[in-house]
Amino acid sequence: MAEYRTHPYDVLVIGAGGAGLRAAIEAAASGVKVGVVCKSLLGKAHTVMAEGGVAAAMANVDDRDNWRVHFADTMRGGQYLNNWRMAELHAREAPERVRELEAWGALFDRTRDGKILQRNFGGHRYPRLAHVGDRTGLEMIRTLQDHGIHSGMEVHMECTVLSLLVDSGRVAGAFGYDREKGHFILWPAKAVVLATGGVGRAFKISSNSWEYTGDGHALAYRAGAELLDMEFVQFHPTGMVWPISVRGILVTEGVRGEGGVLRNSEGKRFMFDDIPENYKSQTADSEEEGWRYTQGDKDARRPPELLTRDHVARCINREVKAGRGSPHGGVFLDIAWIKQRIAKGEEHIKRKLPSMYHQFKQLADIDITKEPMEVGPTTHYMMGGVKVDGDSQMSTAPGLFAAGEVAAGLHGANRLGGNSLSDLIVFGKRAGQYAAEFAKANGAAAVDEGQVQAAARKALAPFERGPGAENPYRIQYDLQEAMQALVGIVRVEGEMQQALEEIGKLQARAANAGIDGNRMYNNGWHTAMDLENMLTVSEAITRAAVLRKESRGAQFRDDYPDKSADWGKHNIVVRRGSDGQMVIEKRAVKALPAELQQIIEEMK
Amino acid sequence: MAKQAMFRIWRGDAGGGKFADYQTEVDEGMVVLDVVHRIQAEQAPDLAVRWNCKAGKCGSCSAEVNGMPRLMCMTRLSDLNLDMPVIVEPMHAFPPVRDLVTDVKWNFAAKKKIKKFRPRSADAEDGTWRMQQRDVDRVQEFRKCIECFLCQDVCHVLRDHQKHEEFIGPRLFVYTAALEMHPLDTEDRIAELKEKYSIGYCNITTCCRQVCPESITITENAIIPLKERVVDRYFDPLKHLFNIL
Repeated sequence: MAEYRTHPYDVLVIGAGGAGLRAAIEAAASGVKVGVVCKSLLGKAHTVMAEGGVAAAMANVDDRDNWRVHFADTMRGGQYLNNWRMAELHAREAPERVRELEAWGALFDRTRDGKILQRNFGGHRYPRLAHVGDRTGLEMIRTLQDHGIHSGMEVHMECTVLSLLVDSGRVAGAFGYDREKGHFILWPAKAVVLATGGVGRAFKISSNSWEYTGDGHALAYRAGAELLDMEFVQFHPTGMVWPISVRGILVTEGVRGEGGVLRNSEGKRFMFDDIPENYKSQTADSEEEGWRYTQGDKDARRPPELLTRDHVARCINREVKAGRGSPHGGVFLDIAWIKQRIAKGEEHIKRKLPSMYHQFKQLADIDITKEPMEVGPTTHYMMGGVKVDGDSQMSTAPGLFAAGEVAAGLHGANRLGGNSLSDLIVFGKRAGQYAAEFAKANGAAAVDEGQVQAAARKALAPFERGPGAENPYRIQYDLQEAMQALVGIVRVEGEMQQALEEIGKLQARAANAGIDGNRMYNNGWHTAMDLENMLTVSEAITRAAVLRKESRGAQFRDDYPDKSADWGKHNIVVRRGSDGQMVIEKRAVKALPAELQQIIEEMK
Repeated sequence: MAKQAMFRIWRGDAGGGKFADYQTEVDEGMVVLDVVHRIQAEQAPDLAVRWNCKAGKCGSCSAEVNGMPRLMCMTRLSDLNLDMPVIVEPMHAFPPVRDLVTDVKWNFAAKKKIKKFRPRSADAEDGTWRMQQRDVDRVQEFRKCIECFLCQDVCHVLRDHQKHEEFIGPRLFVYTAALEMHPLDTEDRIAELKEKYSIGYCNITTCCRQVCPESITITENAIIPLKERVVDRYFDPLKHLFNIL
């Protein structure tokens, strides 16, 4: 019998990035007992990596902006597969959530009249991103952290959840371990909020940190909840490509927002060659017009570098494949050129993009105020995730809520830059509020000791198999290689079937992973335990991508390069069948109410 | 072309430990954290290291490389002499957990005791405030902090004198400065700075500022102005005389 400590809560929040902290603050404010479990130290979650800004139609810079435009932009970006209710709530509530951060101490960059400054970003019609240079995510997480620690929540740092406990379909709490000692912990809870972020670690080239192993996706799946839109993985167009060891690290879209341009090895701005039909009327005709847009000219249209991420990533991919790439297999992103247009251009670049300056200077010996960067696509964000109710964020498993990247719906087939930070605070708040209500309305669920002991046995198995068995790091590398090569930015049926075979073999190997040493802060053990989640999520991504026989948003299929009208009306749901096998279902998108449909028509 | 390098890494826990040598291949452009990961994957799977973003933004992988407090993810091998063993050890100002991981929970507990942000009432009818960029600039410098705690590690008041009970260290002075100089904040933390946080213990050797990976001017921009506020209130001779009279 494995031993464990017990910490009961009304609401347990798993994850302490922007969504988790915002949920915890909201739940604690309603008077219930709140626990937060985070895989890392508090304040280190992936939210710190967000650079460009938080999208909210506050109209501080351009008074033509309002929630209706933001809603239409989000739906267009998501190719209309979005959960429209979430897109509506998000656009309506984001401004209030941003202002609330200011009331809690956040210091955004300012306009001349002292308001929160907003910048341009891909797919947003007006300058909409509140920001702090290029470290907006850090500002957000620190604000929520410093406010949250005084709100009554209890934080369990460096703890990982292994499984959710279920009481006849309803979630009853979570079971996991602390990294420091490797001791088991049981968190019985009346309601659980998943805020675990994404799945980027399943791919070789990724902007994501080690934590992003799809834990929440897999926990929800195993607890019986449905997953949605798993085929839509966003490849950010601009990650670093050199040196190899930093390959994938994000280069903010803010570089392009500030006037940075993409060029191929022939010096050509190739983005002008391929502007999608539905964005033609909003895109600049000339380099001159594009430049004026980045400098705030309200009559100018955006440069093609600021088209949606899925499109820009594919154009870069095409240039590289056609032999017009940069020396290390990317393309050139040039911000230094703006010195021709701006007095004190060097200082301007350092002020607007301080972390980018720092990152390239330190990691690649490149001075971005003088030379172009080399960039290429990197796995960045998971649009798919736990299927939730748009208002309450509750999943299809009673008592289980999800917010932020782990939840699906807001972004549809492709997320706009800046819409993730706003997603965190809008739906983090809602998840916290509704989870607290659920906890108040429902008593404690029963914890099944059998489920607890089964999870503990599974967790300890790698020690019994010992260091002679499969190396968990090796399995992780092999999965990353397979997903990158076979289920990446350009997909075809044959390769994805090959990926499924590979995933099957890796699942068998993972079940035989062994490790050395003891339970204290043993990274090898942690990796062995993360594998199951990564493999489950990889399988879901691949199966959904096989089923969707069209190209839309983040999914591009070489064998089905066009959009299909039928698939444009359907989402894909993934759930665990009663026999334990993965079930993939095509499900019709809910029709838009007339007033929202009208907004979309007006903004076309 | 791949080169060989020797890494000498501290292995152990609260009960003690020793250095272990790892010979490994290194590639162009690698940082210290890459090498630690390679050793972990190929030679020592249970080697404990704390890391997260690997891009210098989260402040998790703090350690001492050849005796200097550094983020392992931002320390390039090209800046080190690979003819000698590269020595990697955990931060010294905090208790060891295991290998390169230290127990930094004290920083979180100490922060919680500092009075939180308390804004003035809103400036505009709609409940928002107006601030000028120039007033925000100096606080934004402090808010760049990624809480890597390297400044705490190098501070002799914590590292050598172990005054964790009566001193909060450079990171938390920066935090307090960000609150005190926040254009909207109305709270008063001067008495605590003097009595509870013993800001007087700092003798401005600027060690903290020199190791800050975010280049925050900790000593000059945060600590000295706070010291001045304490001095103004408690040690102004004229005011003192006036009070006696």
